[in-house]
Amino acid sequence: MTSHLRIVAAGPSSTIQDRGRVGYQRYGVSVAGAADPLLHAVANALVGNRPGEGAVEFTLAGDSVVVEGGPVRIAVAADAELAVDGEPVPAWTSLRLTDGQTLRIGALRSGMRGYWAVEGGFAIQPVLGSVATHIRSRMGGLDGGALKAGDRLPLSLDHAADRGERCLDPSLLPPRGGRLRVMLGPQQDYFTPAGIGAFLEEDYTVSHEADRMGCRLDGPVIEHARGFNITSDGIPLGAVQVPGTGRPIVLLADRQTTGGYPKIACVVGPDIAVLAQMRPGERLRFTAVDALEAGRIQARHREMVDGLPALLQSAGGFALYDSGRLLGFNLIGGAVTGWD
Amino acid sequence: MSVTTSFPAPVLRPAGDSALIVELGDGIAQDLNAAVHRLDRRIADAGLPGIVETVPTYRSILVQFDPAVTAAEPLGQALLGLAAELTHAAAEPQLRWIVPVCFGGAHGEDLDDVARRSGLSAEEVVRLHCTADYRVYMLGFSPGFAYLGGLPEVLHQPRRENPRMVTPAGSVMQGGAQAAISPIAMPSGWHLLGRTPARTFDLRREPPFLLAPGDRIRFTAISAAEFDRLEGLSGYLPDCETVTAPAALLQGAAA
Repeated sequence: MTSHLRIVAAGPSSTIQDRGRVGYQRYGVSVAGAADPLLHAVANALVGNRPGEGAVEFTLAGDSVVVEGGPVRIAVAADAELAVDGEPVPAWTSLRLTDGQTLRIGALRSGMRGYWAVEGGFAIQPVLGSVATHIRSRMGGLDGGALKAGDRLPLSLDHAADRGERCLDPSLLPPRGGRLRVMLGPQQDYFTPAGIGAFLEEDYTVSHEADRMGCRLDGPVIEHARGFNITSDGIPLGAVQVPGTGRPIVLLADRQTTGGYPKIACVVGPDIAVLAQMRPGERLRFTAVDALEAGRIQARHREMVDGLPALLQSAGGFALYDSGRLLGFNLIGGAVTGWD
Repeated sequence: MSVTTSFPAPVLRPAGDSALIVELGDGIAQDLNAAVHRLDRRIADAGLPGIVETVPTYRSILVQFDPAVTAAEPLGQALLGLAAELTHAAAEPQLRWIVPVCFGGAHGEDLDDVARRSGLSAEEVVRLHCTADYRVYMLGFSPGFAYLGGLPEVLHQPRRENPRMVTPAGSVMQGGAQAAISPIAMPSGWHLLGRTPARTFDLRREPPFLLAPGDRIRFTAISAAEFDRLEGLSGYLPDCETVTAPAALLQGAAA
Protein backbone atom coordinates (compact mmCIF):
# COMPACT_ATOMS: atom_id res chain seq x y z
CA MET A 1 0.00 0.00 0.00
CA THR A 2 1.28 3.44 -0.86
CA SER A 3 2.25 5.50 2.16
CA HIS A 4 0.91 9.05 2.37
CA LEU A 5 1.38 12.22 4.30
CA ARG A 6 -1.95 13.86 5.02
CA ILE A 7 -2.01 17.61 5.55
CA VAL A 8 -3.72 18.27 8.89
CA ALA A 9 -3.18 22.03 8.70
CA ALA A 10 -1.40 23.88 5.89
CA GLY A 11 0.84 26.91 6.26
CA PRO A 12 -0.22 30.21 4.63
CA SER A 13 1.32 29.25 1.28
CA SER A 14 2.91 25.83 0.95
CA THR A 15 3.69 24.39 -2.47
CA ILE A 16 5.60 21.46 -3.88
CA GLN A 17 8.70 22.71 -5.69
CA ASP A 18 11.70 21.26 -7.47
CA ARG A 19 14.31 23.03 -9.62
CA GLY A 20 11.62 24.31 -11.94
CA ARG A 21 10.11 23.69 -15.34
CA VAL A 22 12.98 24.10 -17.77
CA GLY A 23 12.61 24.38 -21.53
CA TYR A 24 9.10 25.81 -21.94
CA GLN A 25 9.57 29.54 -21.46
CA ARG A 26 9.38 29.88 -25.26
CA TYR A 27 5.76 28.73 -24.91
CA GLY A 28 4.99 31.23 -22.15
CA VAL A 29 5.39 28.74 -19.29
CA SER A 30 6.93 30.17 -16.12
CA VAL A 31 9.85 28.24 -14.64
CA ALA A 32 8.70 28.22 -10.98
CA GLY A 33 10.85 25.99 -8.70
CA ALA A 34 12.25 26.57 -5.21
CA ALA A 35 12.67 30.24 -4.29
CA ASP A 36 15.66 29.24 -2.15
CA PRO A 37 17.35 26.38 -4.01
CA LEU A 38 20.05 26.05 -1.33
CA LEU A 39 17.66 25.29 1.55
CA HIS A 40 15.62 23.10 -0.81
CA ALA A 41 18.78 21.12 -1.53
CA VAL A 42 19.58 20.91 2.21
CA ALA A 43 16.16 19.40 2.99
CA ASN A 44 16.64 16.84 0.24
CA ALA A 45 20.21 16.02 1.30
CA LEU A 46 19.10 15.38 4.88
CA VAL A 47 16.77 12.58 3.73
CA GLY A 48 19.25 11.29 1.15
CA ASN A 49 17.42 12.55 -1.96
CA ARG A 50 19.00 13.90 -5.09
CA PRO A 51 19.11 17.73 -4.99
CA GLY A 52 16.24 18.36 -7.44
CA GLU A 53 13.64 16.07 -5.86
CA GLY A 54 10.23 17.64 -5.19
CA ALA A 55 9.95 19.05 -1.66
CA VAL A 56 7.52 21.39 0.08
CA GLU A 57 8.31 25.09 0.27
CA PHE A 58 6.37 26.81 3.03
CA THR A 59 6.02 30.51 3.70
CA LEU A 60 6.33 32.13 7.15
CA ALA A 61 4.84 29.07 8.87
CA GLY A 62 4.92 25.37 8.15
CA ASP A 63 2.43 22.58 7.84
CA SER A 64 1.17 19.85 10.13
CA VAL A 65 1.26 16.42 8.55
CA VAL A 66 0.23 12.97 9.75
CA VAL A 67 1.79 9.73 8.49
CA GLU A 68 -0.53 7.21 6.83
CA GLY A 69 1.50 4.03 6.41
CA GLY A 70 5.24 4.45 6.66
CA PRO A 71 7.56 4.60 8.39
CA VAL A 72 8.53 7.83 6.64
CA ARG A 73 11.82 9.74 6.77
CA ILE A 74 11.31 13.50 6.75
CA ALA A 75 13.50 16.54 7.35
CA VAL A 76 12.84 20.24 7.77
CA ALA A 77 15.33 22.87 6.61
CA ALA A 78 14.12 25.99 8.39
CA ASP A 79 14.61 28.09 11.49
CA ALA A 80 11.36 26.90 13.06
CA GLU A 81 10.04 25.00 16.07
CA LEU A 82 8.96 21.45 15.33
CA ALA A 83 7.04 18.90 17.33
CA VAL A 84 6.15 15.24 16.80
CA ASP A 85 2.93 14.37 18.62
CA GLY A 86 3.49 17.46 20.77
CA GLU A 87 7.11 16.63 21.73
CA PRO A 88 9.72 19.13 20.48
CA VAL A 89 12.16 17.78 17.88
CA PRO A 90 15.03 19.56 16.12
CA ALA A 91 15.02 21.01 12.61
CA TRP A 92 18.01 20.42 10.28
CA THR A 93 17.88 16.69 10.99
CA SER A 94 16.09 13.76 9.44
CA LEU A 95 13.35 12.10 11.49
CA ARG A 96 11.75 8.70 11.14
CA LEU A 97 8.00 8.88 11.69
CA THR A 98 5.65 5.92 12.00
CA ASP A 99 2.01 5.39 11.08
CA GLY A 100 -0.25 7.90 12.83
CA GLN A 101 2.52 10.22 14.06
CA THR A 102 2.01 13.93 13.43
CA LEU A 103 4.77 16.41 12.64
CA ARG A 104 3.90 20.01 13.32
CA ILE A 105 6.11 22.72 11.78
CA GLY A 106 5.66 26.07 13.50
CA ALA A 107 6.29 29.65 12.44
CA LEU A 108 9.66 30.67 11.01
CA ARG A 109 11.80 32.57 13.52
CA SER A 110 13.69 34.12 10.64
CA GLY A 111 13.41 34.20 6.86
CA MET A 112 10.40 33.91 4.61
CA ARG A 113 10.58 30.33 3.42
CA GLY A 114 11.45 26.89 4.73
CA TYR A 115 11.48 23.43 3.18
CA TRP A 116 10.54 19.92 4.15
CA ALA A 117 11.46 16.84 2.18
CA VAL A 118 10.55 13.18 2.38
CA GLU A 119 12.92 10.34 1.59
CA GLY A 120 12.20 9.17 -1.98
CA GLY A 121 10.05 12.20 -2.76
CA PHE A 122 6.39 12.44 -3.68
CA ALA A 123 4.70 10.06 -6.14
CA ILE A 124 3.08 12.77 -8.22
CA GLN A 125 2.98 13.12 -11.98
CA PRO A 126 5.35 15.74 -13.38
CA VAL A 127 3.81 18.36 -15.67
CA LEU A 128 6.11 19.31 -18.55
CA GLY A 129 8.95 17.52 -16.80
CA SER A 130 8.57 19.10 -13.37
CA VAL A 131 6.47 18.83 -10.21
CA ALA A 132 7.03 22.53 -9.41
CA THR A 133 3.78 24.29 -8.53
CA HIS A 134 2.92 27.47 -10.44
CA ILE A 135 -0.30 28.67 -8.86
CA ARG A 136 -1.07 31.41 -11.40
CA SER A 137 -1.23 28.92 -14.26
CA ARG A 138 -2.53 26.07 -12.01
CA MET A 139 0.35 23.86 -13.04
CA GLY A 140 2.31 21.21 -11.14
CA GLY A 141 2.15 20.08 -7.51
CA LEU A 142 -1.22 18.76 -6.44
CA ASP A 143 -3.69 20.09 -9.05
CA GLY A 144 -1.60 23.23 -9.50
CA GLY A 145 -2.50 24.69 -6.12
CA ALA A 146 -1.12 25.36 -2.65
CA LEU A 147 -1.39 22.57 -0.10
CA LYS A 148 -4.55 22.60 2.03
CA ALA A 149 -5.90 20.63 4.95
CA GLY A 150 -7.09 17.22 3.83
CA ASP A 151 -4.61 16.88 0.93
CA ARG A 152 -2.95 13.46 0.85
CA LEU A 153 0.55 13.42 -0.61
CA PRO A 154 1.45 9.98 -1.99
CA LEU A 155 5.05 8.97 -1.31
CA SER A 156 7.40 7.17 -3.69
CA LEU A 157 8.82 5.04 -0.86
CA ASP A 158 6.40 2.92 1.16
CA HIS A 159 8.98 2.34 3.89
CA ALA A 160 11.89 4.56 4.87
CA ALA A 161 15.29 2.93 4.34
CA ASP A 162 16.79 1.31 7.43
CA ARG A 163 19.68 3.58 8.35
CA GLY A 164 20.74 6.29 10.75
CA GLU A 165 19.57 9.87 10.70
CA ARG A 166 21.58 12.83 9.39
CA CYS A 167 21.80 16.39 10.56
CA LEU A 168 23.40 19.66 9.45
CA ASP A 169 24.77 22.47 11.57
CA PRO A 170 23.05 25.42 9.85
CA SER A 171 25.89 27.72 10.91
CA LEU A 172 27.96 25.93 8.22
CA LEU A 173 25.72 27.47 5.55
CA PRO A 174 26.96 30.71 4.01
CA PRO A 175 25.93 33.81 5.97
CA ARG A 176 23.32 35.96 4.26
CA GLY A 177 23.21 39.71 4.62
CA GLY A 178 21.45 42.64 3.04
CA ARG A 179 23.93 43.00 0.19
CA LEU A 180 22.74 41.84 -3.21
CA ARG A 181 25.31 41.60 -5.96
CA VAL A 182 24.07 42.46 -9.44
CA MET A 183 25.36 42.57 -12.98
CA LEU A 184 24.16 45.71 -14.75
CA GLY A 185 22.05 45.14 -17.85
CA PRO A 186 20.40 44.12 -20.08
CA GLN A 187 18.86 47.60 -20.38
CA GLN A 188 20.94 49.88 -18.15
CA ASP A 189 21.03 52.31 -21.09
CA TYR A 190 17.36 53.11 -20.29
CA PHE A 191 18.47 54.86 -17.09
CA THR A 192 20.23 58.14 -16.33
CA PRO A 193 23.58 58.14 -14.48
CA ALA A 194 21.66 59.54 -11.50
CA GLY A 195 19.19 56.65 -11.74
CA ILE A 196 21.96 54.05 -11.78
CA GLY A 197 23.67 55.95 -8.96
CA ALA A 198 20.55 55.77 -6.77
CA PHE A 199 20.16 52.08 -7.55
CA LEU A 200 23.73 51.24 -6.50
CA GLU A 201 24.32 53.72 -3.70
CA GLU A 202 21.07 53.96 -1.76
CA ASP A 203 19.24 51.54 0.53
CA TYR A 204 16.05 49.81 -0.58
CA THR A 205 13.43 48.15 1.58
CA VAL A 206 11.43 45.02 0.85
CA SER A 207 7.79 46.09 0.48
CA HIS A 208 4.67 44.09 1.33
CA GLU A 209 4.17 43.43 -2.37
CA ALA A 210 6.46 40.44 -2.42
CA ASP A 211 5.64 36.90 -3.43
CA ARG A 212 7.13 34.06 -5.44
CA MET A 213 6.66 36.03 -8.65
CA GLY A 214 8.53 39.14 -7.64
CA CYS A 215 9.58 41.46 -4.90
CA ARG A 216 8.72 45.16 -5.13
CA LEU A 217 11.17 47.41 -3.32
CA ASP A 218 10.62 50.78 -1.68
CA GLY A 219 13.35 53.40 -1.87
CA PRO A 220 14.74 56.17 -4.02
CA VAL A 221 13.20 56.52 -7.47
CA ILE A 222 15.39 55.22 -10.29
CA GLU A 223 15.27 57.77 -13.08
CA HIS A 224 14.60 56.58 -16.63
CA ALA A 225 16.55 58.15 -19.48
CA ARG A 226 14.10 57.44 -22.31
CA GLY A 227 10.74 56.19 -21.08
CA PHE A 228 9.85 52.98 -19.34
CA ASN A 229 8.64 50.86 -22.24
CA ILE A 230 10.79 48.46 -24.18
CA THR A 231 9.75 46.02 -26.86
CA SER A 232 8.86 43.03 -24.65
CA ASP A 233 11.68 40.54 -24.25
CA GLY A 234 12.59 37.53 -22.13
CA ILE A 235 13.03 37.93 -18.38
CA PRO A 236 15.86 36.06 -16.66
CA LEU A 237 15.59 34.97 -13.01
CA GLY A 238 16.60 37.82 -10.71
CA ALA A 239 16.05 40.58 -13.26
CA VAL A 240 15.46 44.00 -11.69
CA GLN A 241 12.80 45.73 -13.76
CA VAL A 242 11.90 49.34 -13.22
CA PRO A 243 8.34 50.35 -14.23
CA GLY A 244 7.10 53.91 -14.59
CA THR A 245 7.01 54.48 -10.83
CA GLY A 246 10.83 54.25 -10.77
CA ARG A 247 10.64 51.68 -7.96
CA PRO A 248 12.39 48.42 -8.76
CA ILE A 249 10.83 44.95 -8.85
CA VAL A 250 13.10 41.91 -8.63
CA LEU A 251 11.60 39.01 -10.55
CA LEU A 252 11.71 35.62 -8.86
CA ALA A 253 10.91 31.97 -9.63
CA ASP A 254 7.24 32.42 -10.63
CA ARG A 255 7.95 35.43 -12.90
CA GLN A 256 6.23 35.83 -16.24
CA THR A 257 8.39 34.78 -19.20
CA THR A 258 8.33 38.11 -21.06
CA GLY A 259 7.82 41.73 -20.14
CA GLY A 260 8.01 45.28 -21.42
CA TYR A 261 9.71 47.20 -18.61
CA PRO A 262 13.44 47.95 -18.86
CA LYS A 263 15.70 45.83 -16.65
CA ILE A 264 18.48 47.83 -15.05
CA ALA A 265 20.34 44.78 -13.70
CA CYS A 266 20.13 41.12 -12.76
CA VAL A 267 20.87 39.76 -9.30
CA VAL A 268 23.71 37.23 -9.28
CA GLY A 269 22.35 33.66 -8.91
CA PRO A 270 23.19 32.80 -5.30
CA ASP A 271 21.95 36.18 -4.02
CA ILE A 272 18.46 35.75 -5.50
CA ALA A 273 17.59 33.34 -2.68
CA VAL A 274 18.91 35.88 -0.18
CA LEU A 275 16.25 38.31 -1.38
CA ALA A 276 13.58 35.58 -1.47
CA GLN A 277 14.25 35.06 2.25
CA MET A 278 13.93 38.75 3.23
CA ARG A 279 10.80 39.98 4.97
CA PRO A 280 8.88 43.19 4.27
CA GLY A 281 10.65 46.09 5.95
CA GLU A 282 14.14 44.58 5.69
CA ARG A 283 16.76 46.79 4.05
CA LEU A 284 19.16 45.88 1.31
CA ARG A 285 21.71 47.45 -0.98
CA PHE A 286 22.78 46.51 -4.50
CA THR A 287 26.44 46.18 -5.46
CA ALA A 288 27.59 45.90 -9.06
CA VAL A 289 29.98 43.12 -10.04
CA ASP A 290 31.38 42.31 -13.47
CA ALA A 291 30.83 39.07 -15.39
CA LEU A 292 34.12 37.61 -14.20
CA GLU A 293 33.34 38.18 -10.54
CA ALA A 294 29.76 36.92 -11.02
CA GLY A 295 31.20 33.75 -12.55
CA ARG A 296 33.48 33.27 -9.54
CA ILE A 297 30.55 33.76 -7.14
CA GLN A 298 28.55 31.18 -9.09
CA ALA A 299 31.41 28.68 -9.12
CA ARG A 300 32.00 28.95 -5.37
CA HIS A 301 28.30 28.55 -4.70
CA ARG A 302 28.07 25.51 -6.96
CA GLU A 303 31.01 23.92 -5.15
CA MET A 304 29.27 24.47 -1.84
CA VAL A 305 25.98 22.95 -3.02
CA ASP A 306 27.82 19.97 -4.51
CA GLY A 307 29.61 19.56 -1.20
CA LEU A 308 26.45 19.59 0.92
CA PRO A 309 26.49 15.84 1.59
CA ALA A 310 29.97 16.23 3.09
CA LEU A 311 28.63 18.78 5.58
CA LEU A 312 26.09 16.32 6.95
CA GLN A 313 26.76 14.47 10.16
CA SER A 314 25.07 11.47 11.63
CA ALA A 315 22.47 12.67 14.10
CA GLY A 316 24.58 10.99 16.81
CA GLY A 317 27.33 13.50 16.15
CA PHE A 318 29.71 11.38 14.05
CA ALA A 319 30.70 12.66 10.66
CA LEU A 320 29.41 10.52 7.80
CA TYR A 321 32.59 11.38 5.96
CA ASP A 322 36.06 11.28 7.37
CA SER A 323 37.54 14.48 8.67
CA GLY A 324 40.12 14.56 5.88
CA ARG A 325 37.41 14.92 3.27
CA LEU A 326 35.62 17.54 5.33
CA LEU A 327 38.84 19.48 5.76
CA GLY A 328 39.59 19.17 2.06
CA PHE A 329 36.17 20.53 1.25
CA ASN A 330 36.70 23.45 3.57
CA LEU A 331 39.97 24.29 1.89
CA ILE A 332 38.48 24.12 -1.56
CA GLY A 333 35.22 25.86 -0.75
CA GLY A 334 36.68 28.31 1.71
CA ALA A 335 33.94 27.27 4.11
CA VAL A 336 35.42 29.02 7.09
CA THR A 337 35.79 32.55 5.90
CA GLY A 338 35.27 32.91 2.20
CA TRP A 339 31.77 31.83 1.17
CA ASP A 340 31.67 34.76 -1.13
CA MET B 1 7.30 41.75 -46.53
CA SER B 2 9.52 40.84 -49.45
CA VAL B 3 11.33 44.16 -49.13
CA THR B 4 14.95 43.76 -48.12
CA THR B 5 15.54 45.42 -44.79
CA SER B 6 18.80 46.36 -43.15
CA PHE B 7 19.12 45.69 -39.46
CA PRO B 8 21.74 47.21 -37.22
CA ALA B 9 24.56 44.84 -36.22
CA PRO B 10 23.42 42.25 -33.65
CA VAL B 11 24.02 43.34 -30.06
CA LEU B 12 24.80 41.17 -27.04
CA ARG B 13 23.32 42.31 -23.76
CA PRO B 14 24.34 40.74 -20.45
CA ALA B 15 21.36 39.33 -18.54
CA GLY B 16 22.87 38.14 -15.27
CA ASP B 17 25.36 35.37 -14.69
CA SER B 18 23.41 32.68 -16.56
CA ALA B 19 21.86 34.44 -19.54
CA LEU B 20 22.62 36.62 -22.54
CA ILE B 21 20.30 38.53 -24.82
CA VAL B 22 21.04 38.59 -28.54
CA GLU B 23 19.26 41.61 -29.95
CA LEU B 24 18.77 42.00 -33.69
CA GLY B 25 16.99 45.36 -33.61
CA ASP B 26 14.13 47.18 -31.92
CA GLY B 27 10.38 47.38 -32.37
CA ILE B 28 7.74 45.03 -33.72
CA ALA B 29 8.22 44.23 -37.39
CA GLN B 30 7.73 41.16 -39.49
CA ASP B 31 11.14 40.80 -41.09
CA LEU B 32 12.94 41.61 -37.83
CA ASN B 33 10.92 38.95 -36.03
CA ALA B 34 11.45 36.47 -38.87
CA ALA B 35 15.21 36.95 -38.43
CA VAL B 36 14.84 36.25 -34.71
CA HIS B 37 13.18 32.90 -35.37
CA ARG B 38 15.75 31.93 -37.98
CA LEU B 39 18.53 32.73 -35.54
CA ASP B 40 16.73 30.76 -32.83
CA ARG B 41 16.63 27.73 -35.10
CA ARG B 42 20.31 28.14 -35.96
CA ILE B 43 21.18 28.26 -32.28
CA ALA B 44 19.25 25.03 -31.71
CA ASP B 45 20.91 23.35 -34.71
CA ALA B 46 24.39 24.49 -33.69
CA GLY B 47 24.18 22.50 -30.43
CA LEU B 48 26.39 24.96 -28.55
CA PRO B 49 27.42 23.43 -25.22
CA GLY B 50 25.79 24.75 -22.05
CA ILE B 51 22.63 26.28 -23.50
CA VAL B 52 19.70 25.48 -21.20
CA GLU B 53 16.90 27.11 -23.19
CA THR B 54 16.21 30.04 -25.47
CA VAL B 55 13.28 32.46 -25.38
CA PRO B 56 12.75 34.11 -28.77
CA THR B 57 10.73 37.33 -28.62
CA TYR B 58 9.87 40.18 -31.03
CA ARG B 59 13.39 41.39 -31.70
CA SER B 60 15.74 39.41 -29.46
CA ILE B 61 16.49 36.02 -27.96
CA LEU B 62 17.14 35.36 -24.28
CA VAL B 63 19.74 32.59 -24.16
CA GLN B 64 19.95 30.89 -20.77
CA PHE B 65 23.09 28.88 -20.14
CA ASP B 66 24.64 26.74 -17.45
CA PRO B 67 27.68 28.61 -16.13
CA ALA B 68 29.13 25.29 -14.99
CA VAL B 69 29.46 24.31 -18.65
CA THR B 70 30.19 27.54 -20.50
CA ALA B 71 31.15 31.13 -19.80
CA ALA B 72 29.30 34.11 -21.21
CA GLU B 73 32.24 35.34 -23.30
CA PRO B 74 32.79 32.36 -25.65
CA LEU B 75 29.05 31.70 -25.84
CA GLY B 76 28.40 35.33 -26.77
CA GLN B 77 31.01 35.17 -29.54
CA ALA B 78 29.45 31.98 -30.91
CA LEU B 79 25.99 33.58 -30.87
CA LEU B 80 27.24 36.67 -32.70
CA GLY B 81 28.86 34.38 -35.25
CA LEU B 82 25.56 32.62 -35.88
CA ALA B 83 23.77 35.98 -36.14
CA ALA B 84 26.30 37.18 -38.74
CA GLU B 85 25.69 34.07 -40.86
CA LEU B 86 21.99 34.91 -41.05
CA THR B 87 22.74 37.10 -44.07
CA HIS B 88 23.42 34.07 -46.19
CA ALA B 89 20.53 32.01 -44.94
CA ALA B 90 18.46 30.23 -47.52
CA ALA B 91 14.68 30.14 -47.18
CA GLU B 92 13.53 27.69 -44.55
CA PRO B 93 10.17 25.93 -44.48
CA GLN B 94 7.64 27.03 -41.87
CA LEU B 95 4.41 25.55 -40.56
CA ARG B 96 1.19 27.34 -41.42
CA TRP B 97 -1.88 26.47 -39.39
CA ILE B 98 -5.30 26.89 -40.97
CA VAL B 99 -7.30 27.98 -37.94
CA PRO B 100 -11.12 27.91 -38.23
CA VAL B 101 -12.91 30.80 -36.51
CA CYS B 102 -16.58 31.51 -35.89
CA PHE B 103 -16.62 35.32 -36.15
CA GLY B 104 -19.02 37.78 -34.54
CA GLY B 105 -22.21 37.38 -32.53
CA ALA B 106 -21.87 35.58 -29.21
CA HIS B 107 -18.52 34.17 -30.42
CA GLY B 108 -17.00 37.61 -31.05
CA GLU B 109 -18.82 40.37 -29.24
CA ASP B 110 -16.54 43.18 -30.40
CA LEU B 111 -16.57 42.48 -34.14
CA ASP B 112 -19.19 45.13 -34.93
CA ASP B 113 -17.41 47.77 -32.80
CA VAL B 114 -14.08 47.00 -34.48
CA ALA B 115 -15.76 47.32 -37.88
CA ARG B 116 -17.41 50.64 -36.99
CA ARG B 117 -14.19 52.16 -35.70
CA SER B 118 -12.39 51.07 -38.88
CA GLY B 119 -15.13 52.41 -41.13
CA LEU B 120 -15.65 48.93 -42.58
CA SER B 121 -18.43 46.39 -42.58
CA ALA B 122 -18.19 43.36 -40.30
CA GLU B 123 -17.89 41.18 -43.42
CA GLU B 124 -14.89 43.22 -44.61
CA VAL B 125 -13.19 42.88 -41.21
CA VAL B 126 -13.67 39.09 -41.34
CA ARG B 127 -12.33 39.01 -44.90
CA LEU B 128 -9.24 40.99 -43.86
CA HIS B 129 -8.57 38.64 -40.95
CA CYS B 130 -8.97 35.62 -43.21
CA THR B 131 -6.57 36.91 -45.88
CA ALA B 132 -3.88 38.21 -43.51
CA ASP B 133 -0.67 36.18 -43.25
CA TYR B 134 -0.28 35.99 -39.47
CA ARG B 135 2.94 34.96 -37.78
CA VAL B 136 3.56 33.89 -34.20
CA TYR B 137 5.91 36.69 -33.11
CA MET B 138 6.30 35.18 -29.67
CA LEU B 139 4.53 33.35 -26.88
CA GLY B 140 4.31 34.93 -23.45
CA PHE B 141 2.02 36.34 -20.78
CA SER B 142 0.63 32.88 -19.99
CA PRO B 143 1.21 29.32 -21.27
CA GLY B 144 0.46 29.11 -24.98
CA PHE B 145 -0.56 32.78 -25.43
CA ALA B 146 0.59 33.62 -28.97
CA TYR B 147 1.18 37.21 -30.10
CA LEU B 148 0.39 37.34 -33.82
CA GLY B 149 1.90 39.89 -36.15
CA GLY B 150 0.39 40.77 -39.52
CA LEU B 151 -2.83 42.55 -38.56
CA PRO B 152 -3.80 44.76 -41.55
CA GLU B 153 -3.07 48.38 -40.73
CA VAL B 154 -6.65 49.54 -41.30
CA LEU B 155 -7.63 47.40 -38.31
CA HIS B 156 -5.04 48.77 -35.87
CA GLN B 157 -6.87 50.31 -32.92
CA PRO B 158 -6.25 50.81 -29.19
CA ARG B 159 -7.21 48.13 -26.69
CA ARG B 160 -10.47 48.30 -24.75
CA GLU B 161 -10.62 50.98 -22.08
CA ASN B 162 -12.24 48.48 -19.78
CA PRO B 163 -10.64 45.01 -19.89
CA ARG B 164 -12.92 41.98 -19.53
CA MET B 165 -12.26 39.90 -16.45
CA VAL B 166 -12.87 36.69 -18.36
CA THR B 167 -12.64 35.84 -22.04
CA PRO B 168 -13.24 32.24 -23.13
CA ALA B 169 -10.50 29.86 -24.29
CA GLY B 170 -9.96 29.99 -28.03
CA SER B 171 -10.88 33.66 -28.32
CA VAL B 172 -9.49 35.25 -31.48
CA MET B 173 -8.71 38.82 -30.56
CA GLN B 174 -6.97 41.94 -31.74
CA GLY B 175 -5.26 44.69 -29.72
CA GLY B 176 -3.10 47.54 -31.01
CA ALA B 177 -1.21 46.26 -34.05
CA GLN B 178 -1.46 42.59 -33.13
CA ALA B 179 -3.86 39.67 -33.00
CA ALA B 180 -3.91 36.73 -30.62
CA ILE B 181 -5.56 33.42 -29.81
CA SER B 182 -6.19 32.91 -26.10
CA PRO B 183 -5.11 29.48 -24.84
CA ILE B 184 -7.30 29.39 -21.74
CA ALA B 185 -10.05 31.49 -20.17
CA MET B 186 -8.35 34.69 -19.00
CA PRO B 187 -8.85 38.41 -18.45
CA SER B 188 -8.10 40.54 -21.51
CA GLY B 189 -8.36 44.08 -22.81
CA TRP B 190 -8.24 42.97 -26.45
CA HIS B 191 -11.21 43.10 -28.83
CA LEU B 192 -13.02 39.78 -29.26
CA LEU B 193 -13.54 38.94 -32.94
CA GLY B 194 -14.51 35.29 -32.78
CA ARG B 195 -13.67 31.91 -31.34
CA THR B 196 -11.82 28.91 -32.66
CA PRO B 197 -12.61 25.34 -31.61
CA ALA B 198 -8.84 24.63 -31.78
CA ARG B 199 -7.09 24.60 -28.41
CA THR B 200 -3.65 26.12 -28.55
CA PHE B 201 -2.77 24.73 -25.09
CA ASP B 202 -3.92 21.41 -23.67
CA LEU B 203 -1.82 19.56 -21.11
CA ARG B 204 -3.64 16.31 -21.88
CA ARG B 205 -2.34 16.46 -25.45
CA GLU B 206 1.17 15.64 -26.65
CA PRO B 207 2.57 18.09 -27.53
CA PRO B 208 0.49 20.42 -25.32
CA PHE B 209 1.34 23.51 -27.39
CA LEU B 210 -0.14 23.87 -30.85
CA LEU B 211 1.81 26.94 -31.93
CA ALA B 212 5.55 27.49 -31.80
CA PRO B 213 7.32 30.84 -32.12
CA GLY B 214 7.76 31.60 -35.82
CA ASP B 215 4.77 29.55 -37.04
CA ARG B 216 2.35 31.12 -39.50
CA ILE B 217 -1.45 31.24 -39.28
CA ARG B 218 -4.30 31.70 -41.73
CA PHE B 219 -7.79 32.13 -40.31
CA THR B 220 -10.77 30.65 -42.08
CA ALA B 221 -14.39 31.56 -41.25
CA ILE B 222 -16.76 28.83 -40.09
CA SER B 223 -20.42 28.79 -39.02
CA ALA B 224 -21.63 28.41 -35.44
CA ALA B 225 -22.81 24.89 -36.30
CA GLU B 226 -19.37 23.94 -37.63
CA PHE B 227 -17.79 25.48 -34.52
CA ASP B 228 -19.98 23.27 -32.33
CA ARG B 229 -19.18 20.18 -34.41
CA LEU B 230 -15.39 20.72 -34.29
CA GLU B 231 -15.44 21.64 -30.62
CA GLY B 232 -17.25 18.38 -29.94
CA LEU B 233 -14.47 16.31 -31.55
CA SER B 234 -12.08 14.95 -28.97
CA GLY B 235 -8.49 15.98 -29.63
CA TYR B 236 -9.43 18.20 -32.60
CA LEU B 237 -6.39 19.73 -34.32
CA PRO B 238 -6.61 22.26 -37.15
CA ASP B 239 -5.05 21.60 -40.57
CA CYS B 240 -1.45 22.50 -41.15
CA GLU B 241 0.73 23.01 -44.24
CA THR B 242 4.39 23.66 -44.89
CA VAL B 243 5.29 26.94 -46.59
CA THR B 244 8.61 28.46 -47.57
CA ALA B 245 9.51 32.03 -46.66
CA PRO B 246 11.13 34.27 -49.26
CA ALA B 247 14.91 34.28 -48.88
CA ALA B 248 15.31 38.02 -49.43
CA LEU B 249 14.00 38.79 -45.95
CA LEU B 250 17.26 38.51 -44.16
CA GLN B 251 19.75 40.15 -46.42
CA GLY B 252 21.61 42.80 -44.54
CA ALA B 253 20.81 41.27 -41.15
CA ALA B 254 24.42 41.61 -40.08
CA ALA B 255 25.35 44.65 -42.15
